[in-house]
Amino acid sequence: MAFDLTSRARELRPSAAPALARGLTPFALCVAFAVLMQLAVKPAVDAYTARLLLDIGTNIVLAVSLTMVNGFTGQFSMGHAGFLAVGGYVAATVMYYGSLRLWGNAEMAGGMLSSMPIKPQPGRSPFSPGDVLFLCSLVAGGLVSGVFGILVGLPSLRLRGDYLAIVTLGFGEIVRVTIQQTGPVIKDAATARATPWPELFTRVGGSLGFSGPPPYTSLFWAFLAATLTVLVAIRLKRSTFGRAFLSIREDEIASEAMGVNTVRYKVEAFVISAFFAGIAGGLYAHTLGVGLSPQAAGFQKSFDIIIMVVLGGLGSVSGAVIAAVVLTLLPEYLRELSNYRMIVFSLALILMMIFRPQGLLGVRELWDAALWRPIARRFGKGGAG
Amino acid sequence: MSEPALLARGVFKSFGGLKAVQDFSLELPVGALRGLIGPNGAGKTTVFNLLTGVYRPDAGEVRLAGAEISGLRPSRIAAMGMARTFQNIRLFGELSVLDNVKLACHVRSRQSLAGAILRSPFSRGEERAIEERAVQLLSLFGLADRAQEQGKNLPYGEQRRLEIARALATTPRVLLLDEPAAGMNPQEKIELRALIRRVREEFGVSILLIEHDMGLVMDICERITVLDHGQVIFVGTPDEVQSDKKVIEAYLGVAEEAPSA
Repeated sequence: MAFDLTSRARELRPSAAPALARGLTPFALCVAFAVLMQLAVKPAVDAYTARLLLDIGTNIVLAVSLTMVNGFTGQFSMGHAGFLAVGGYVAATVMYYGSLRLWGNAEMAGGMLSSMPIKPQPGRSPFSPGDVLFLCSLVAGGLVSGVFGILVGLPSLRLRGDYLAIVTLGFGEIVRVTIQQTGPVIKDAATARATPWPELFTRVGGSLGFSGPPPYTSLFWAFLAATLTVLVAIRLKRSTFGRAFLSIREDEIASEAMGVNTVRYKVEAFVISAFFAGIAGGLYAHTLGVGLSPQAAGFQKSFDIIIMVVLGGLGSVSGAVIAAVVLTLLPEYLRELSNYRMIVFSLALILMMIFRPQGLLGVRELWDAALWRPIARRFGKGGAG
Repeated sequence: MSEPALLARGVFKSFGGLKAVQDFSLELPVGALRGLIGPNGAGKTTVFNLLTGVYRPDAGEVRLAGAEISGLRPSRIAAMGMARTFQNIRLFGELSVLDNVKLACHVRSRQSLAGAILRSPFSRGEERAIEERAVQLLSLFGLADRAQEQGKNLPYGEQRRLEIARALATTPRVLLLDEPAAGMNPQEKIELRALIRRVREEFGVSILLIEHDMGLVMDICERITVLDHGQVIFVGTPDEVQSDKKVIEAYLGVAEEAPSA
């Protein structure tokens, strides 16, 4: 008698209400954590630390999203910054011109959850119409970036190794050069209202950069995006889809023979990854003091993200998080060494490549028992056992 | 008459000037256990690659339970019920033994990506079913206590067994085994014999076996197809194969005049 997985799955299906609650609780915890970062942590630290935390949040989104492609499916994409820029420019356009058309100016008008530099004023609503528009702009940036993921992924993911790396690198450069060709930013509300939306997307400042997107990105938004990205990545990795992704990276031929449509799953991973990179782009574009410019799509930025993924361990979500934190803080702590800090930085990476080429955690996660077994063994019986 | 589990008719494949497989035909009835033998380089593995869709045949038809499959993606063919093992073991080395088998259940999975991210009740039920199924298969193959090891760390014989377990996890109709006994010691080979018989009975699969170990092939296969230089030179029972002149020539070369003693 042939085994039927679907009917067995129905027999083993847990009762709906508690299972749904367990499924959705982590999402609520993500929101709670982000609110906590904004309302409890931010007032307790100085502006410099808060800004570092914010960069950490954005970088976690970038590193974890790239992990889904370079780590899970083993496809070496070098154009992640291209998706960052697409998402960033789309979100900035929606937010800047949206504010201009709706409210006549593009001043930052967020509530408590969005205020980054400004101290939350008592009596100010936690959530303003500006915040709603910001949320929409982030999602729009992610979605458009995801569509670009399909457009780039479908033809190029049939390529392997070096060829894919070159195509994705080219994608980033195409995005960069295309943005350089755009027209100047419209400053007054009347002209913005008279201009149709498709044209507004071409008025994003060209090579001078897009100045004007209001600085909505706060610890709330950064850590909401970061925790959600991590949650989605971990759940994917531990599901049947995650095993399909990892099998592609391990052995594409065997993966196909086991019924995994490798092209389809490579594109899926690529699109999910592009979506989150687009969200990170939206966060980046609205961070105070960041001048959104075509350089955001440059390969330098792509390399920064790749280094995080490689350092953390290809395929490890928690490794990518750790690497994002370390590589955001390290340049700051090395700042005292001024001109020598890039040398120290590079040396640290080279040493890593020599002594732990699989990255900090390899494909494993912090909480995998198998990760700690060799360490426990080394410290003998006195260790964790 | 019911459809054969697997049917190949007039399959050709060349690589440049090399005619790797010429006019290959084979019929594997439901529940049958057949052997495919031939000297090194005869094209046995190429035949497997043609049947499973790794290569596209230049001509000819391949039918799986009556449905034409030549030209389809390997993953599509696997979904239709073809599973295989590899001569040069292709496990997912970094993944655990358990995950190797769980991955193979994916082809029967019906949960959606959104369901997996939200951990819907059905996706939870399915993950449990996959886990249960994988553990069952591992115990059947004596690998249960190895479940958490990385695939690459298993000894050779166990890697071969894991490959069969993984192939069965796709719930196939037809199982293609490419030299499952290679690298096994005599004791393991005896166990493998019993295991293949058991797999056929318990899983109701039809099996096509490539093997160089003649003792094993002659013992468990009902009929044997002999391949030489990409062509089928003989089809028959183990007894007939062993006494056929062409087969002996293919393996040992043409007998020259015996030197006068």
